Amino acid sequence: MKALRRSVRRLTSWATSARNEELLRAEFEDHIARQTADNVQAGLSPIEARRQALLKFGNVEAVKEIYRDQRGLPSIETLVNDTRHAIRRMRKASGVTAAVIVTLALGIGANTAIFAVIDSILIRPLAYPHAEELISIGHAAPGLPGLPSIGCSPSMYFTYREENRSFDQFGLWSLGGASLTGVAEPEMPRTLFVTHGVLDAIGVKPLLGRGSAQEDHTPGSAETVMLTYGYWQRRFGGDESIVGRTLTINSRPHTVIGVMPQEFGFQRDPELILPLQFERNKTFLGPFPGQCIARLKAGVSVEQADADVTRMLGLWLNTWPPNPGMSRTLFQDARLAPRLQPLKQEIVGDIATTLWVVMGTLGLVLLIACANVANLLLVRAESRQQELAIRAALGAGWGRIAREMLVESITLGLLGGALGLGLAYTGLRILVVKGPDTLPRLDEIGVDPLVLTFALGVSLLSGALFGVLPALKYARPRVATLQGVGRTVSQGRERHRARNMLVVVQVALALVLLIGSGLMVRTFQQLRSVHPGFTHPEEIQILHSTMPESIAREPERVMRMQHETLDKLAAIRGVTSVGFGSAAPLEPLLGSSNPVQAEDKGVAEGQVPPLRQIRRIAPGYFTTMGTRVVAGRDFTWTDLYDKRRVAIVSENLAREWWGVPGAALGKRIREIGAADPWREIVGVVENVYDNGVHVKPPEFAFWPALMDRYIWGDERGFAQGGGMFAIRSSRTGTESLLTEAQQAIWSVNGRQPVFLVTTLETLYDQSMARTSFTLVMLAIAGGMGLVLGIVGIYGVIAYVVSQRIREIGIRTALGARPAGLLGMFVRHGLRLAGIGAAAGLVAAAGLTRLMSSLLFGVTALDPVTYMAVSVLLIAAGVLASYLPARRAIALDPVQALRAE
Amino acid sequence: MKDSDVRQGTLALMVLKTLDVLGPLHGYGIARRIEQISGDLLTVNQGTLYPVLLKLEQEGSIASEWGASENNRKARFYRLTRQGRKQLQAEARSWEQTTAIIERFFAAKVEDLK
Repeated sequence: MKALRRSVRRLTSWATSARNEELLRAEFEDHIARQTADNVQAGLSPIEARRQALLKFGNVEAVKEIYRDQRGLPSIETLVNDTRHAIRRMRKASGVTAAVIVTLALGIGANTAIFAVIDSILIRPLAYPHAEELISIGHAAPGLPGLPSIGCSPSMYFTYREENRSFDQFGLWSLGGASLTGVAEPEMPRTLFVTHGVLDAIGVKPLLGRGSAQEDHTPGSAETVMLTYGYWQRRFGGDESIVGRTLTINSRPHTVIGVMPQEFGFQRDPELILPLQFERNKTFLGPFPGQCIARLKAGVSVEQADADVTRMLGLWLNTWPPNPGMSRTLFQDARLAPRLQPLKQEIVGDIATTLWVVMGTLGLVLLIACANVANLLLVRAESRQQELAIRAALGAGWGRIAREMLVESITLGLLGGALGLGLAYTGLRILVVKGPDTLPRLDEIGVDPLVLTFALGVSLLSGALFGVLPALKYARPRVATLQGVGRTVSQGRERHRARNMLVVVQVALALVLLIGSGLMVRTFQQLRSVHPGFTHPEEIQILHSTMPESIAREPERVMRMQHETLDKLAAIRGVTSVGFGSAAPLEPLLGSSNPVQAEDKGVAEGQVPPLRQIRRIAPGYFTTMGTRVVAGRDFTWTDLYDKRRVAIVSENLAREWWGVPGAALGKRIREIGAADPWREIVGVVENVYDNGVHVKPPEFAFWPALMDRYIWGDERGFAQGGGMFAIRSSRTGTESLLTEAQQAIWSVNGRQPVFLVTTLETLYDQSMARTSFTLVMLAIAGGMGLVLGIVGIYGVIAYVVSQRIREIGIRTALGARPAGLLGMFVRHGLRLAGIGAAAGLVAAAGLTRLMSSLLFGVTALDPVTYMAVSVLLIAAGVLASYLPARRAIALDPVQALRAE
Repeated sequence: MKDSDVRQGTLALMVLKTLDVLGPLHGYGIARRIEQISGDLLTVNQGTLYPVLLKLEQEGSIASEWGASENNRKARFYRLTRQGRKQLQAEARSWEQTTAIIERFFAAKVEDLK
């Protein structure tokens, strides 16, 4: 209690110190005056009386010092003083200071930026109320080979919605594209399809208008649509009158009922939200196009919900009819089991590894930067040694001096951090605009208090980190230093040990970074060297188009019109070939897959054949893509118009079933279900890496674009819904080709919208976006590491040379050959680089294992990368020591001897 | 216990006792009184009294105000607070106890312990 009162008083009197000082002097003056008066009375002369009074009082200044120490807050006062001194010293050495601050700003800025990304994507909860109650529901299907998980079917939606005991809110969603036409530039926005309950579960209120209500999901009622904030801003300029307007989506009118607020973020950043309308009496057990979302009732655990879904799966299986031509046992044999996970995990996906690897490498860059700064400060401290020794001799304690040095380095750290924060802020702005589309929650990235705290913490920590070494080394006074004033001789090795050690650490860390980026470069090379199943993607122009029902209904008529369009496209100048199909390679949102069965391959009882990628194509598709026909032939137009039951399979599917591609010809396959007729294989084509070259190519079954029957009861056929035109031309990517292609399509039918215009090369690059993002980040980190490492070696050698100039002069005078001297310094640099590289190799072997999931075609211990990087780094080290060494031997010995 | 600790502690106690006996007093007066009573046994620099006064004031045992002294100079007068009086009583008691113990301890003869 007493102590508390005392500290409060101290604080207040610290604030009013100037006035206190005056009063103190007055009080002392009064004291001495009284004593003097008494002494005069006792018979002393006035002068002697005052002298005696002063003697009796003691050392006024010393008393004041004690008094002040007790009164105010000495630690804060000296801290302020030390900081003031530090800043003054920094101003004097502005070059070094600038170098230090910029180095730190780069390191801290990069780390802060990536931490902001990690914070918003991985750490911060979803921006939904009580987001921890939200779960995503999918299913495991151990009975379906080669399928890690499957989603939810509309029938499951009905069962789960009506029978559950553990959900407050529940709904089904899926992602896809929907065509927006009837506007100046038709396009295919990323679309989130939702049932009733999805938006209620998420719990985000619309910014404008309303969310989807029961009537929006009732079959036959007017179709409606919602916009997300970003799309509303981008496409409609934030026009509030949009609510109530009608948009043509998938060729049908949809009324805009609402706009979601900015904080509504979802997987793949959807642009449109379309309410789904499921018809109960047309619902079967399959297919499984959606994911379910649920908000758990208060107090219900994920385990309880899991048990609840297991129970409902049993109900579901016996409630709904199997799809026409399929048996109930087929669904039983899939052995569906619930797979529940927090919604956040579902939304964030697999980006976490990438981000942590990037964060780790940038952390290493900061460490290298700190080592570099520590080295600079060591040199500075060395030049201040005499000053420090004098101060120590005058009575400054080593703690006092160490504190002052630490204050200086932490001030540097904070200045660097402040600048770094600015850099991070700019970097984030750029990232949000240019970052890969696959980065979830991109809009939420920003600088929040946690990020600020992180930046402050990192700045303080790095300040302490690079400050502690010089402080430990030089704060303790050494008597010898004072005597050593004057000409120095060459120094013992011991004095360079700290700097050498720092350089070794720098080189080691730089090596780790370079190996990391080297491995990414190799991964990228490997990805590029995979033959993707198409050639020269930069020549392939891709356009999507839909045929509105109002123009043509019958599949055959639709097909004939598309055929006519193809002929017009082929006639354009510079076009070598054209193709038509349900999707281009690398368009995962448009792909579909289904179990495929071969006639001569029995399916074991209780087994479902594996899923295969399904694509419907017209003749010329493979020629245009550059996909080689390995055996047999392409489809012909006669195949299509005669509705012949023919098929083409990919090479890997043919090999899996019949060993060699040629053996597949004449065999018959079909999609699962008795209603689908057997189709004879007439061709085998090479594998197409449809899910990106980093994963194994899927097995394909290609059907003709025009057929007699379609699976899942979709009689309309695919050609009506939409199709993809591919044009191979040397003019791909030019405005003029696009205009001519659009005119060709519109000349057949002026109302046919064209959207999702891209080139195959763009899709190809996008499929490698994660790799190239990681590559760029690691390359930046590696480059910074290399430069800092080289600067470190250069600095040490240059310093050693400057310290040994006299020695060099003596050696030269005594006849040492320049080559020998040069070798002496280069060997020093080489030794540092060598030891650093050796340590770095060991560290890299351990650390790169963490990034193995990002690698493709190389192991984390790829010898080529390790060798190449080590050689590069050591060569750089030799160069960095050769340059300063050469300066030394170029000196005239006489001049060198005089130098000091 | 360091020598200075003892001295500061006893000095503080003497300051309190002085103010208790003489009422409000300036720093010089306190110093004179302590000198007189201790018969110059306590040969401290008078200046060291002031940090002790400050500490006592910060702890709330004494209070001070500025006033005019008899010869019209500005002077600072210290006085005992209620808390200071209580502290003085408590410390005087504990001091008596301590001295009593020490006294007995030194007075004890070997045969007393048998």
